[in-house]
Amino acid sequence: MAHAALSIKNLHVSYYGNEAVKEVSLTVNSGNLVGIIGPNGAGKSTFLKAMLNLIPRDKGEIRILGKTVKEVRKKIAYVPQRNDIDWDFPITVLDAVLIGTYPNLKLFKRPKKKDKEWAMECLRRVGMEEFSKRQIGELSGGQQQRVFLARALAQKAELFFLDEPFVGVDVTSEETIVRILKELCSQGKTVIVVHHDLSKANDYFNQLILLNKELIGFGSVQEVFQTEIIEKAYQGQFAFMKEIGV
Amino acid sequence: MAFIEAVMQYGFLQKALLTSIMVGVICGVVGCFIILRGMALMGDAISHAVLPGVAISYMFGINFFFGAVFSGVITAIAIGFVTQNSRIKHDTSIGIMFTAAFAAGIIIITMLKSSTDLYHILFGNVLAVRASDMWITLGIGVVILAAVYLFYKELLVTSFDETMGAAYGLPVRLIHYFLMTLLTMGTVASLQTVGIVLVVAMLITPAAAAYLLTDRLWVMIFLASGIGILSSVIGLYFSFTYNLASGATIVMAATAIFILTFLFSPKHGWLWRMLKVRKKKASLV
Repeated sequence: MAHAALSIKNLHVSYYGNEAVKEVSLTVNSGNLVGIIGPNGAGKSTFLKAMLNLIPRDKGEIRILGKTVKEVRKKIAYVPQRNDIDWDFPITVLDAVLIGTYPNLKLFKRPKKKDKEWAMECLRRVGMEEFSKRQIGELSGGQQQRVFLARALAQKAELFFLDEPFVGVDVTSEETIVRILKELCSQGKTVIVVHHDLSKANDYFNQLILLNKELIGFGSVQEVFQTEIIEKAYQGQFAFMKEIGV
Repeated sequence: MAFIEAVMQYGFLQKALLTSIMVGVICGVVGCFIILRGMALMGDAISHAVLPGVAISYMFGINFFFGAVFSGVITAIAIGFVTQNSRIKHDTSIGIMFTAAFAAGIIIITMLKSSTDLYHILFGNVLAVRASDMWITLGIGVVILAAVYLFYKELLVTSFDETMGAAYGLPVRLIHYFLMTLLTMGTVASLQTVGIVLVVAMLITPAAAAYLLTDRLWVMIFLASGIGILSSVIGLYFSFTYNLASGATIVMAATAIFILTFLFSPKHGWLWRMLKVRKKKASLV
């Protein structure tokens, strides 16, 4: 039997005794484009990081492709929030994408010509090849996000985790990113995206994880995108929800 | 060019020159990673924190290298521990720990030795470099350059995007302490040339000047080393010619180079930026 792409059992995370994520259990199969949505402070990024063992968890079991995170790290690509990056760092666009090949390079080995060509190919896929020699800070927000997506592509991963990839991103970039994420899913990869904006959630994803510290809803977009379920997650912010027509 | 003649003539000056050139390279290379990781204050802290280690090494008559690395790394760990386990912010934790280590070092040294030794450790005395010191510096230089060359990928990733590094399985905590160890070793190498108090300038000033001159990390590393060497040689010249403390003259030379790049760097310099702003404004009129 094929293993689920991602299975989480009773995940619990706290910061100094304050609960951030409570008892979340779910299973995602390969080939899905999954949005993690929820109000501000719902612990979406925390949840994402906890899944990847980037922050300690109190309890819970996580299996990716049937293995522990530690065993499959090289099959995971992670794209951080844009404001976690120092955009003045002395690195060119191509070199930033080239970092995506590092996980598959042995210790002490440098990227070779074919790695550089592959990085260039990934840049081409996101439509950024003409910017390859620029310093990363010279790009717009959307272009920066596309470069980081190219870096994730360069990792040849099975699972992609993206933290708020659509914040401060122009329309063209957003369309490019969504198109590529959908392509990845049609190739059987699994994509998990933290997303803050409900209005587009049903166009982008085929599954949703609705989170407000605990798991409020999980399933196909049709199942989760119900007024009463959304209301439960967003509580006080519901007046605003009605305005955008949920 | 009495300086060149003197270098040809006097062994002590040759040793001083070679040592300060090596220090320029070592500090330039390590300094690039220090400033890109936003750890300039940490660099200052660790360089001060080697003092008790140096003092205790004197006490037991062992080479001060071991004591210095030990107390530098212990201080780095203590800083990390306080930050991670309390609400104290990182810079505060750094301030508490390094001044404590430094104070302890001063007490131990004054109990053991004369104040002249303390003065030399704090401010450097490159003209008194012995052959053994020079070899230690060379050894440290080789180790640091080899480490940076071999682990370049890992240092680059964790400096640029530490979370990604952690996500694909790099031991980021270990790499941090590894860099702290390199930093401590660099400090030890610079002890006689610029002294504990001013080491941080050799670490960050040439690297900062290089940072203004390029958008590629490996170019920055080479430039920082070059600027480090240049500062050392110019500084040594003034130190020898006018009988000034070598640490101070070397740091002043580095600062002068920094000011020049700050003003005139082709892309990131102040002058260039001003011209660009003016041009933009003019085009809008």
